[in-house]
Amino acid sequence: MKELKLGEKTYLNKISFPSFERIKKGSVAIIECIEDIPCNPCETICKFGAIKVGFPITSLPILDEEKCTGCGKCIPICPGLAIFVLNYNFSEKDCLLTIPYEFLPLPKEGEKVKCLDRDGKYICEGKIVKVIQPERNNMTALVSFAFPKKYYNKVRSFKK
Amino acid sequence: MKKKDLRIYKHPILGDLPERKKIYIYFNGKKLTAYEGEMIAAVLYANGIRRLRRTERFKEVRGIFCAIGRCTDCVMTVDGIPNIRTCITPVKEKMKIEFQEGLGKWKKKIW
Amino acid sequence: MEEKDLVIIGGGPAGLCAAISARKKGIDVLIIDENLRPGGQLFKQIHRFFGSKEHMAGVRGFVIGEKLLKEVKELGVEVWLNSIAYGIFKDKVIGVIKDGKNILVKAKSIIISTGATENPLSFPNWTLPGVMGAGACQTMINIHRVLPGKKVLMIGSGNVGLIVSYQLLQAGAEVVGVVEIMPKIGGYLVHAAKIKRFGVPIYLSTTILEGVGKEEIEGAIICPVDENFKPIIKKKKYIEVDLICIAVGLTPLNELLYQAGCLFTYKGYLGGMVALHNENMETTVENIFVAGDCSGIEEASTAMEEGKLAGISVAEKIRGKKWEDEKDQIRKRLDDFRIGTFGEKRKLSKEEIVREYYERVKTW
Ligand SMILES: Cc1cc2nc3c(=O)[nH]c(=O)nc-3n(C[C@H](O)[C@H](O)[C@H](O)COP(=O)(O)OP(=O)(O)OC[C@H]3O[C@@H](n4cnc5c(N)ncnc54)[C@H](O)[C@@H]3O)c2cc1C
Ligand code: FES
Repeated sequence: MKELKLGEKTYLNKISFPSFERIKKGSVAIIECIEDIPCNPCETICKFGAIKVGFPITSLPILDEEKCTGCGKCIPICPGLAIFVLNYNFSEKDCLLTIPYEFLPLPKEGEKVKCLDRDGKYICEGKIVKVIQPERNNMTALVSFAFPKKYYNKVRSFKK
Repeated sequence: MKKKDLRIYKHPILGDLPERKKIYIYFNGKKLTAYEGEMIAAVLYANGIRRLRRTERFKEVRGIFCAIGRCTDCVMTVDGIPNIRTCITPVKEKMKIEFQEGLGKWKKKIW
Repeated sequence: MEEKDLVIIGGGPAGLCAAISARKKGIDVLIIDENLRPGGQLFKQIHRFFGSKEHMAGVRGFVIGEKLLKEVKELGVEVWLNSIAYGIFKDKVIGVIKDGKNILVKAKSIIISTGATENPLSFPNWTLPGVMGAGACQTMINIHRVLPGKKVLMIGSGNVGLIVSYQLLQAGAEVVGVVEIMPKIGGYLVHAAKIKRFGVPIYLSTTILEGVGKEEIEGAIICPVDENFKPIIKKKKYIEVDLICIAVGLTPLNELLYQAGCLFTYKGYLGGMVALHNENMETTVENIFVAGDCSGIEEASTAMEEGKLAGISVAEKIRGKKWEDEKDQIRKRLDDFRIGTFGEKRKLSKEEIVREYYERVKTW
């Protein structure tokens, strides 16, 4: 049976994906918004002016990678849950990805998890590093988890 | 709170199910726990009961289909009155709910 | 017989916004809704909405619903709940069954904002318990807080199918798959991505052949289709599920508009037959207005704006005043929302409706 595959290539918003140079410098937003949806809260919330949607509001968000501090304010506000923050320099071996998480139970800091790619396929083992409680962001929790750097562009979630 | 049923007690967005007054209803004579404000069909589904009636002509079993009172698939006999849309009728203490065969029979005169 | 300036039938986002706008302009408003609580679809929608700040983007549907209800209450809008409008008769007399009793109400103006119904899909055993509309399932999990099944198959990958699948995961169910007969998904990729990254497969060019079960659903047979949508039977596959949700589109709920004598047109992108209306949302029957999904399936954000537009237009007529600026702003917000792959087609259809309205009114 033919399955929808989001894969690596098809699913990147090319204009917004930070350069590898920028990624190597530390926390930065990864915006995986690839369709002309009339939507712009990411632009409104960014106090550094790092995300631009402009007119019409169906334009894809454009990330100014120099202005982006990786603060993560845009993660929970995105109705498409399509924004993540990547910290490539988390440790020597691992990078850290912060994702919006709206399920129960919430994972616990230190817990080991199975990291999945955009299609829900198992990639590698990872570890929960930080959980920002859902109440802080209108019921969207932010979960940061660490996994080997080489999968920085593959892993996008973990097994519930 | 007993957690064996299919109620969603904890929800990541909607929070905990608020405490409500516990009442009892009867389904085919069997006592079931319900909470004030719940719809009849929701209580039955929470207890794993999804067969609500059998149609008159083809004898097909039916359950909830639209959940908003439009399709009449969920009609049952409630306190002796047949054809009550149970998905939009709230429970009441000691309510008697019965699986409905066909068009049902009036057990009670209301006029 | 009771007499009202404005009666609004259907208290969803469109009806509530219409009531608020008209009430703010000094109009006596009555909302009639068949439910025990107004709000329409909004209270089922626990996800954040698209849009811009003006559309309350990033806010969850039910939070918007609570805001609207509060405003309606503060403004002292009269609301009849548990009341079904069953007919519109001569001289704008509305027949209502309120708490089981028949009441007639006479209105100067009527806004019809009755929303939509879910399209069914028939396949063998689709009438068994365990097959339900996706919206019905959403009502069960988010309003009644009961899981109608634990292992779910979703039919249809439009935004409703994708969003309800995600909400089923949030409610603790397992979604074993979404099947879509077209070679690509119907909804937004971001909604698909939300469920895919948690392991829900989306099968393309695939349909359901039948539901399996004796008196309740115990499984389903799904099957790939060829270019002509013919099932490739030898590739069929049985999957174990106890719930099959149907998400194959919505149809405007417009019986009352037919009954009132409004002229209609067919607009596929808006879900089927829709009443003609002008740029003020007034139908071909004077003083009967329409707003929201029943004037064409769109979104809550557009339903709210259409409601406001209708509400202000009613106030203009009754009070003999003009609020053109305010209406233009609303129309601009509507235009802002009707763009992009999906919005563009709806915008064109909406423009056609207005054009046809003037052509037909002239020749009538
Ligand atoms: C799963 C799902 C996800 C969605 N996601 C989004 C989203 O992200 N963003 C967005 O903008 N929109 C979304 N929508 C669409 C949005 O919910 C609808 O477009 C919107 O609710 C339409 O509003 P309305 O007021 O026209 O109708 P409704 O909300 O359907 O309200 C109509 C009301 O009228 C009542 N009624 C009908 N007939 C009568 C009668 N004869 N007498 C009395 N009362 C009557 C009904 O019971 C109902 O309460 C979604 C819809 C679904 C199903
Ligand atoms: S399930 Fe449709 S009326 Fe109750």
